[in-house]
Amino acid sequence: MGRYIFKRLALAAITILIILMVLFLMLEYMPGSPFNDEKITAAQRAVLDAKYGLDQPVFFRFIDYVKSMLTGDFGVSYVIQKNMPISTMLEARLPVTIQIGAQAILLGTLIGLILGIIAALRHNSIIDTLTTFISVIGVSFPSYVFALALSFFLGSKLHWFPILYSPAKPIVSSILPTIALSMFTIATVARFARSEMIEVLNSDYILLSESKGVTKRRLIFIHALRNALIPIITVLAPLVVTLMTGSLVIEQIFSIPGIGSLLVTAIQINDYNVILAVTFIYSIMFVGIMLLVDILYGIIDPRIRLAKGEKHG
Amino acid sequence: MSETVLSIRNLSISFKTSNGMVNAIRGVDLDLHKGETVAIVGESGSGKSVTVKAIMRILSSNQRINSGSITFNYERDGKRVSQDLLKLSKKEMRNRINGKRIAMVFQDPMTSLNPTMTIGHQIMEGMIIHLKKSRSEAYERALELLTLVGITAPEKRMKCYPHQLSGGMRQRVVIAIMLACNPEVLICDEPTTALDVTIQAKILELIKDIQAKTNISVIYITHDLGVVAKVADYVAVMYAGKIVERGSVNEIFYDPKHPYTWGLLSSMPDIGSENEKLYTIPGSPPNLLNKVVGDAFAPRNVHALNIDFKQEPPMFKVSDTHYAATWLLHDNAPRVEMSDTLRKRIDKVVKEVGSEWMQPHSYK
Repeated sequence: MGRYIFKRLALAAITILIILMVLFLMLEYMPGSPFNDEKITAAQRAVLDAKYGLDQPVFFRFIDYVKSMLTGDFGVSYVIQKNMPISTMLEARLPVTIQIGAQAILLGTLIGLILGIIAALRHNSIIDTLTTFISVIGVSFPSYVFALALSFFLGSKLHWFPILYSPAKPIVSSILPTIALSMFTIATVARFARSEMIEVLNSDYILLSESKGVTKRRLIFIHALRNALIPIITVLAPLVVTLMTGSLVIEQIFSIPGIGSLLVTAIQINDYNVILAVTFIYSIMFVGIMLLVDILYGIIDPRIRLAKGEKHG
Repeated sequence: MSETVLSIRNLSISFKTSNGMVNAIRGVDLDLHKGETVAIVGESGSGKSVTVKAIMRILSSNQRINSGSITFNYERDGKRVSQDLLKLSKKEMRNRINGKRIAMVFQDPMTSLNPTMTIGHQIMEGMIIHLKKSRSEAYERALELLTLVGITAPEKRMKCYPHQLSGGMRQRVVIAIMLACNPEVLICDEPTTALDVTIQAKILELIKDIQAKTNISVIYITHDLGVVAKVADYVAVMYAGKIVERGSVNEIFYDPKHPYTWGLLSSMPDIGSENEKLYTIPGSPPNLLNKVVGDAFAPRNVHALNIDFKQEPPMFKVSDTHYAATWLLHDNAPRVEMSDTLRKRIDKVVKEVGSEWMQPHSYK
């Protein structure tokens, strides 16, 4: 298992480096610059470029960037808040995004799994139909529709929850965005959990466990669920991506001071370092989730662990 | 005859399908005696598997037991207990019967083991649940079981996952799992069908061997008459959800009475039949979605009488152990013998397999 995890870690590091290179090059060849003001003369621009090191060849800038990035220095913002270190900006905003994202993925997986398992156990019952209905709705509507609907009904009409996020009340005011963001996860996980559980429950080894006289609880949670989880984990990674792109819009709607809204602003005004840093953080989160999924995969499925990792003795 | 362990009476099961109710099992009677092997033979869809799944109460949700009883006689705390298994709840079955007193080996060893659990764990699980053994006791016993089913280096195998073992090994593991709690009855649902021939023979030997050691009673399901001749003491021939003939293995092979049994025996391939066309029973089994009138086999039976299409034949007694459900055994029926070609083929087949297999079975 140790070797398997180490291999995954090394691969993840290489992936992140490649992502960074691609991002850097894309920004390099993007039209425009952070200093697009028409009042700035060519001489002034040259001074600015020299000040921020933008007159250097792209290769050296990249090496420079990676070097300082490793010490936690993402450079300074050119436009949004002039000369403010990006690490300071991120420090304030990143926890909010991570908090809401993590809440959404946890809530989504948990509720999705519960719905899916119940639907599979009560196959062809009302609960089963209801779960299918929820899944279809959750998959078909984009998360901002839920966000608007939730803030209209539960926020504006019923006054149960605040409409906007406030750092003073980080839990209560994050409930609505969390629900809106998790709908897609709930729907997808429920759908997968249901079909996987139905398939596993009809398999020969469940029949054998039943003939062995295993208790119902053991049958469902030890024998069936573990096997059903393997394909479910596979869809979790792409789900996190959807969650991240969803969070860009959700952060705007609930005016959450996260990195999603920061990215949108930065792209609009060509704030190189901010774009680079935020996209990079999204990439790290994504690669991190993939890594986690791979490791979980190895823990749950011995066929993968033994094939890819340590040799069986 | 030794005491009866399991007796099925008038069992009737139907399936709910999108086309309507299918009467898959239509009044099955079957007895299993201590230390003996009953083989249930019949073609696919005749209801062999469903019958034994009913004993374990592991039918799927669309299969319903309409009537009948399955009486299981066993000893508990030194007292004889007689229990109708159909009266127990599924939970009671799991706690008291399944795996503990009646165990079942399935057809396909490639899919019948949990892929995410070590085989050691899978063998120990039943003992820990039913016999309340400690982990170390269960571990010791699991090692013994693996040795018993002929697996070498058991300590090493305990840590293996199913995908690391071959089909034959996996079936041995399944047998070990099922023997873990010393059950009184072992049900084998075509345990060798998915294995290649050399492994088949070994698994059959293993089951016979275990039976000799533990005096366990075995119900053996198969459509392979060669296997029947090898393992069975008694044979029940099933057709369209009913047992049409039952008797000792000698009676069924040497003196079959039901035209369906004749057909089954003569469609058995043998070594000398290179240039002959393999015999098949004409037609196909009836659709059990429709109510069967008369003898279900009548439309495929060249010897069918008029009454076969009107009234269902009762079980006629041939000897104390031999019964067959065919009107041909009625006093007023014309004397019909199986055709000469069938007779010859059966003789030939029986002679070929008979020399060795038809010897009286000895356990000691």
